[in-house]
Amino acid sequence: MVSTVIGAVPAAIPEPFLRAQSVPGKFFLMFFAIFFFALVFGLVLFLASLFKGKNGERVQGALFVGPAVVLLAIGLMYPAILTINQSLRGRSGEGGLTLSNYSAMFTQPELLLVLRNTALWVILVPILATSIGLIYAILIDRARGEAFAKALIFLPMAISMVGAGIIWKFVYQYKQTSRPQIGLLNAVLKLLGFETQQFLINAPLNTFMLIIVMVWIQAGFAMTVLSAAIKAIPDEIIEAAKLDGVQAFKMFRYITLPSIRAALVVVVTTIGIGTLKVFDIVRTMTGGQFDTSVVANEFYSQSFRFNAPGLGAALAVLLFILVIPIVTYNIIQMRKEA
Amino acid sequence: MALYTKRRIAALSGVLAVALTATACGSSSDGGGDTAESGSTSSIDCAPYTAFGDLKGKTVTVYTSITAPEDAPHIASYQPFVDCTGVEIKYEGSKEFEAQLPVRVKGGNAPDIAYLPQPGLLNTLVQTGAIKAAPPEVAANVDKNMPDWKNYGTVDGTFYAAPLGANVKSFVWYSPSAFADKGYEVPTTWADLLALSEKMAAEGGDVKPWCAGIESGDATGWPATDWVEDVMLRTAGAETYDKWVNHEIPFNDPAVATALAEVGKILKNDKFVNGGFGDVKTIASTSFQDAGQPILDGTCYMHRQASFYAANWPEGTEVGPEGEVWAFYLPSVDSSSKPVLGGGEFTAAFADRPEVKAFQTYLSSVEWADERAKTCGTGGCVTANKNADPSLLKNPVDKLSAEALTDSAATFRFDGSDLMPGAVGAGTFWKGMTDWIIGKDDKATLDFIEQSWPK
Repeated sequence: MVSTVIGAVPAAIPEPFLRAQSVPGKFFLMFFAIFFFALVFGLVLFLASLFKGKNGERVQGALFVGPAVVLLAIGLMYPAILTINQSLRGRSGEGGLTLSNYSAMFTQPELLLVLRNTALWVILVPILATSIGLIYAILIDRARGEAFAKALIFLPMAISMVGAGIIWKFVYQYKQTSRPQIGLLNAVLKLLGFETQQFLINAPLNTFMLIIVMVWIQAGFAMTVLSAAIKAIPDEIIEAAKLDGVQAFKMFRYITLPSIRAALVVVVTTIGIGTLKVFDIVRTMTGGQFDTSVVANEFYSQSFRFNAPGLGAALAVLLFILVIPIVTYNIIQMRKEA
Repeated sequence: MALYTKRRIAALSGVLAVALTATACGSSSDGGGDTAESGSTSSIDCAPYTAFGDLKGKTVTVYTSITAPEDAPHIASYQPFVDCTGVEIKYEGSKEFEAQLPVRVKGGNAPDIAYLPQPGLLNTLVQTGAIKAAPPEVAANVDKNMPDWKNYGTVDGTFYAAPLGANVKSFVWYSPSAFADKGYEVPTTWADLLALSEKMAAEGGDVKPWCAGIESGDATGWPATDWVEDVMLRTAGAETYDKWVNHEIPFNDPAVATALAEVGKILKNDKFVNGGFGDVKTIASTSFQDAGQPILDGTCYMHRQASFYAANWPEGTEVGPEGEVWAFYLPSVDSSSKPVLGGGEFTAAFADRPEVKAFQTYLSSVEWADERAKTCGTGGCVTANKNADPSLLKNPVDKLSAEALTDSAATFRFDGSDLMPGAVGAGTFWKGMTDWIIGKDDKATLDFIEQSWPK
């Protein structure tokens, strides 16, 4: 009954409203969406209230999880299957079954370079960002002006990746040594009497220059989480260690590090996943040119610019496969904690 | 007041021309034209659009790669149509047009009309089935006004997209006064051009003969493809050029290698480039808009760029044979041939609502072409419409372009990368040339592009 009523509603709505191009149309669509959400939610609650007892609880659980599972299936599983299918059907994503896209990925020099760059990113960014964050967190712990020092390094987190990309593009801006400099870094080089450098064009230097931007953004996140974890170490343990005469480095090695292990894992894996997906920085700063492309950016270029959606899909699948172990490890760690 | 009268006469003669063509062809539904109004916006004969029904309050969305400052005169040229029909035109220009349009089409969010700068992209989009065939009114206009260009807008025998703007790419921008000061003469053969560059480099000290830049956002690399095409037309000839564009010879054919090597003599020569910006590599990071500007401050002498570059000179720059900047024809190998490389946009429609059809019809009409010339801002207002009134073109570069396009001695060829499949013409050719500039050698570049050609 209910489904037929819902099905009948859109048919009764005039066309322009559904396209939400007018202001009343937008409001109508919004109210309709809220109404629909309330209806589904109410229905779930009502049905759940019908079941009682031990077995009933299971049905209730299933009912509550149900909508989320359905939405995940539509929004995540279905596109994933479509993508995998497309990646197996040649460059255009429409041909017969073939593994050509995957073999291209590991044989074409241009694409191998993309894989190399992605590896550099995924290894360097989490290690650098986490170490910088950790060292900073320890240095400023209980120091005077801690809040201010924290704010300083945390601020870049508030800037979008695109914004950060544009800011750093200016920092790296190149002008001939003999001309007035706009870029901060080259201005410093010139001041010190060196030749100015084309940071974004000279490979492989440019990839590292881009990695710095990501580290700049992520170090704040690492610092915040790790600082909280350090503060959570019970004072008794620290005092006991001090009474035993433990020196600063040993304190770090035997007390601090083991105590914040869980937090470290979360930070490293979170940054790792974020780095695998890095797209905005590369796109705004070099557009993936000059040998700086990474998997996510190459996926976009292949799918939308080089008219090779099949190859793009294969790259997306690769990204998916690369993320799986990190996520799995993360989940296992979280379970251990719980 | 002289200008006022001149404009009035021009407008009147334009209307006369329209009326004459219309009666000559006998296809117009209405014989008489409106009395011309002088002023910035003129009115047009509304009759052709009333046939599409009542269009008041309707909207047509237009998506293009033409961004500021070149977009404003474009938008101004729609005014008579808007006044006539009451249709609202929503204009949106994007530098990432080539990549975004297919995304929008696939996502079910296609604009009503897109100005495709590449027939190759048209071909790709037609395969998706999203583009509507041009209405008969548009086809009739194109047959009448721009028959030579019709095949570029035709895919598999169906006519989809009418030509819109046109431009000439075989120009070299230079400063006549700087040339005069140094006693340089405009070269007439390719050998002369190289010799002149050599001379400039030897005498110039810090001043380089050439300025170049190929950065263009998502489309980075295209100005370099124009170089190759222009030189290819000169060293290999138009027939080999056509074969190359249609992939009847491979992309890494010796003829192409010769052309690329010839381009390399200029673009990859640290002595010749890159005026004011640095070494050869800076070509890759200098936007094509900025690239020619150093001609004005005397740090370089020449900049090979299309006629539409006229719009990029700062306001108040005097453009003309005696002015601060002017353009000469990129010399052919010798005087026996005069190849002209050009490009243009095409209007493709993704909807066939009456107001969209009416707007398409307007854009393919002589009225629009004349209005475009009248509202023209800083240049780049030549259209493919051969019945448009050339006397309306105010900008000297536009006049020069119109002459080049209609020169009977010239062999016109459409921009090759625009005709190639999108994967090459708007993809690997651009990327390949960018990599070539920053150091990849000729052979590796051509091989890379060849292997990407869709099989």
